[in-house]
Amino acid sequence: MFNRLPETQQTVTTRPIALSINGVVVQCREGDSVAAALIAAGFNDFRDTAVKEVPRGPFCMMGVCYDCLVMIDGQPNQQACMTRVRSGMKIERQLGAREVQP
Amino acid sequence: MSEIKQETSAVGDLPAPRPRHHRGVYDALVIGGGLVGSAVAFGLRQKVDHVAVLDEGDIAFRASRGNFGLVWVQSKGMGMPAYGHWTMSSQQLWPQLAARLNDITGLEVGLEQKGGLHPVLTDEEYEERIKFMNGLMSQPGMVQYDWKMLDRQELMDLVPGIGPEVRGATWTSVDGVANPLKMLRALHTAFDRQKVDYLPLHPVGDIEQKNGVFEMTTPHGVIKAHKVVLASGLNNQKLGEKVGLAIPVRPQRGQIVVLERTRRMLHTPFSTLRQMDEGTWLIGDSQEEAGYVDGIVGLPVLATLADRAVRTMPALKEVRVVRSWSALRVMSKDGFPIYEQSASHPGAFVATCHSGVTLAAAHALRIAPMVIDGALPETMSPFSTRRFHVQQAA
Repeated sequence: MFNRLPETQQTVTTRPIALSINGVVVQCREGDSVAAALIAAGFNDFRDTAVKEVPRGPFCMMGVCYDCLVMIDGQPNQQACMTRVRSGMKIERQLGAREVQP
Repeated sequence: MSEIKQETSAVGDLPAPRPRHHRGVYDALVIGGGLVGSAVAFGLRQKVDHVAVLDEGDIAFRASRGNFGLVWVQSKGMGMPAYGHWTMSSQQLWPQLAARLNDITGLEVGLEQKGGLHPVLTDEEYEERIKFMNGLMSQPGMVQYDWKMLDRQELMDLVPGIGPEVRGATWTSVDGVANPLKMLRALHTAFDRQKVDYLPLHPVGDIEQKNGVFEMTTPHGVIKAHKVVLASGLNNQKLGEKVGLAIPVRPQRGQIVVLERTRRMLHTPFSTLRQMDEGTWLIGDSQEEAGYVDGIVGLPVLATLADRAVRTMPALKEVRVVRSWSALRVMSKDGFPIYEQSASHPGAFVATCHSGVTLAAAHALRIAPMVIDGALPETMSPFSTRRFHVQQAA
């Protein structure tokens, strides 16, 4: 699967940014999109689809396909590829269609 | 003639059409592959063996791919009670059509007929609405169905989550929704299964009737049929002239805002806001006289749509917009459907309306058999274009 280029891997070690992904703390680097950080950390299934609830991960990495939706800090259906990482972000798999509370 | 030339060159470079099942004269042919034409063609195929549908390409005005998908009765028929009856009959036949399509194709079209709502946001709208519905229902000969003006509390019991500004809604048990894209797909899949010749990229330039056979000129040659139904929406005006029918239709633009999929929350649709079977939300019902422009959407209308939707269900302000689009309704001069057989070219019929989803069942199960019988019964006379030929008082 995907690996970081050696020179970017170095920044992860020297200046890490910590995220929580489904409760697991992982390190990434400043400037990563959430999608890149997840892929680099070995997470390929980002969400389960809204209708049939089958696993999906990013396809386009440029904001078009909506297959990289995740929950970020409690906000459902966030596009992981269009969101920059921030230290302490809490990312969770999007399980099916989001809920709306009436 | 320049228009025909233009159409020809627009398809000239495109790949050869798919092979036809039938090479001879078709029993019946429909011009137009949208919801109206497809429903009629589906109905025709249940009666005769050889049916063709001539369609344009993707650049055609595609009302069928931009609509809201209501199967709707309330509010319809003011000024023409026959339209109220016609709509009601289609609503009643819809389950039969959906079941038949499911038998043939295995596809579900998202039909839900569990009642529908028309929201009112102010006291004025509330009073106006009661007045309108009373007037509609008390017309002589109007079809009767249960309707109620729900006040705020009654509406809240039915739809949790309505906003503080919502004053109430009219409700009927006869309204419902379908998924219009799935419906169009099911009809076209049925064409495949039942060997209806669907011929895209076949814009019709001319129609001639020779010895009782219609000859349609297309860029891919002449296609012949014993009967022809004009169901080409806004193009019916031009094609009608070829068979002696004056068909006054104009485009009326509607815009729709689409919200992302959520868990199902709204089980009773509003006329202006609905949730699809698969979770997306549609906000709609705008009406603009804007000519033939279907490629743009505009903020003033979209903002109004979004504002009314959020006032109706405030939780939607957290739900993201994923698409918006516009499409052109096919409006007749008085807004009612037109069904007629040509007097000068018997065997040529027209079917046009702006409610291709609601009326799909009537088109498949009532209009198509009438076309095969060769005559529209007297009960259909209110829908003929003769209603436009009344002399105006000076």
